Amino acid sequence: MEIVFSDVPWGVILILLPLAGGMACFLWPAISKLLGLVTVSAIAVSVVALFFQVRDAGVYRHTIGGWGAPLGIDLYADGLSLLMLAITALVGLVVSIYSTSYFAEPLSSRYWPLWLLLLAALNALFLSADIFNLYVTLELMGLAAVALTALSGGGDALSGAMRYLLATLLGSLAFLFGVALLYHGFGSVDIAILGQRVEAIPIVWAALGLMGAGLVLKSALFPFHFWLPPAHASAPAPVSAVLSALVVKASFYILLRLYLDIFGPLGIEGVESLFGLLGCAAVVWGSVQALRQTRLKLLIAYSTVAQLGYLFMAFPLSIISGPAVWSAVVYLAISHAMAKSAMFLAAGNLLCFGGHDRIADMDRVVQRLPVTAGAFALAGVSIIGLPPSGGFIGKWLLLESALTQENWYIVIVLILGSLLAAAYIFKVLGYCFTKAASPHEPRTVPVRMEWAAMLLACGAILLGFMAPVVLPTMNIGDPFIIGAVLP
Amino acid sequence: MNMVFLYALVGVGLFCLGLHALIMHAHLLRKILAFNIMGGGVFLVLVALAKRTEEVAPDPVPHAMVITGIVVAVSATALALKLMLKVSEETGNAELPDERRE
Repeated sequence: MEIVFSDVPWGVILILLPLAGGMACFLWPAISKLLGLVTVSAIAVSVVALFFQVRDAGVYRHTIGGWGAPLGIDLYADGLSLLMLAITALVGLVVSIYSTSYFAEPLSSRYWPLWLLLLAALNALFLSADIFNLYVTLELMGLAAVALTALSGGGDALSGAMRYLLATLLGSLAFLFGVALLYHGFGSVDIAILGQRVEAIPIVWAALGLMGAGLVLKSALFPFHFWLPPAHASAPAPVSAVLSALVVKASFYILLRLYLDIFGPLGIEGVESLFGLLGCAAVVWGSVQALRQTRLKLLIAYSTVAQLGYLFMAFPLSIISGPAVWSAVVYLAISHAMAKSAMFLAAGNLLCFGGHDRIADMDRVVQRLPVTAGAFALAGVSIIGLPPSGGFIGKWLLLESALTQENWYIVIVLILGSLLAAAYIFKVLGYCFTKAASPHEPRTVPVRMEWAAMLLACGAILLGFMAPVVLPTMNIGDPFIIGAVLP
Repeated sequence: MNMVFLYALVGVGLFCLGLHALIMHAHLLRKILAFNIMGGGVFLVLVALAKRTEEVAPDPVPHAMVITGIVVAVSATALALKLMLKVSEETGNAELPDERRE
């Protein structure tokens, strides 16, 4: 068995499967649900196979068509890529199960091809080893994500999608400009080769500025978050879940990779502090805005803006603490992916149940939808960062580095962020228990949709106990050692 | 100053011009056109920088990148135009609502 499977190029399969599945769903819309579920399950199995391959044989590298790095396209997977692929597959699988009940015809047959294309783009992004390929996957991801946002139609969703499209296109173009400059300067687009050749010359500053700005816009870091709340709040629930959980993380992942392997070793003054300051501002601003919202999905979307801030706080801390901070941040990112997708799915259930998502008009949710309310509360535990949860581990590790470095402004923002998160989560939970002023006839929510949200929320809590497994996996191939690139 | 450098500078100029228009104009068609001009600027930079010196033949790799970029830009523009039509059908005008007024 092992001899047969160790030679299979799982990375290639991870990209081809969703592409082929998406095409098949487009060609045979009548059975698109079945095709979609089969494809997503097959992706989950392939990720597990890739995990065993990487665990036994070290980092995965595949040269497509045998062309090799300078000219051809290389696929590359170390512990960090593997973890991102795994969280994509896991969230993707649960969201797909949810979607089988959520979407009715004719939306269903439009949803599946786009969703599988988005999965293909995400998988390809996490496996790419060169910056031009990253640009192509960024664009694929953006276009699929925008089309999914606009899926349900209606004024809010369409203008949200349009704003999202313009922001994402602007981000990609700035990134491409950076790629052009780096290629001109150092004659390669391969991240490893660039890492060896790069020097501190003006063209690199320009490339860093353009790529950094483009990726920050796409990761919705404060003050470039303007496109996120309208898009995430007006998209259908499973789409919001995927956008908040995976799509914004993907552009942060690229920024992290570029920083670690290309720009970080140059020791650029000020970039880290700038990201740190904007991250802190994002936590405070996003949380306060979340607290002010009257609609549930907008509240969750602003909470995403706040939680993304934590990821950027790691940049100033990493100068002294190094790899430990990056592990913490990736832990926080995957916990947030689970918890936030659970929250959006729960919000979808409430929307389906009451026909609206006004927080103040929620009517005895705990009594009538106990599983959904439980899922929201458990996901909230991880978002706030209470033990035991994945969010707690990530925030605790961040707090520990901030304390040892005596970086007090980050310590204060970390604590303040958790308090504000607790405030907006409990605000929602408070209304869940009470009777609304204008009671309404409840509609039934499919059991599958309730338990899908619960499953993801439990995953976010379980991550609190998984650190001994996740942390070593993440460090396969030393992705966080600055400048440690494998040629 | 040689011609190649001039082309690259024009590319940078187009990028900035497009960026200005993308931010300043409210009408969506203008925004989409502005995005295409920005794209044209980046492609011009890529093509111009491919010829490093007068004697050596230009590097074909950036040309291949530009072709890929054009394919992406065409699909993005198609999606943007369709979305714009849908927005104007739904809201009556082809502009994005101002968030602060809500």
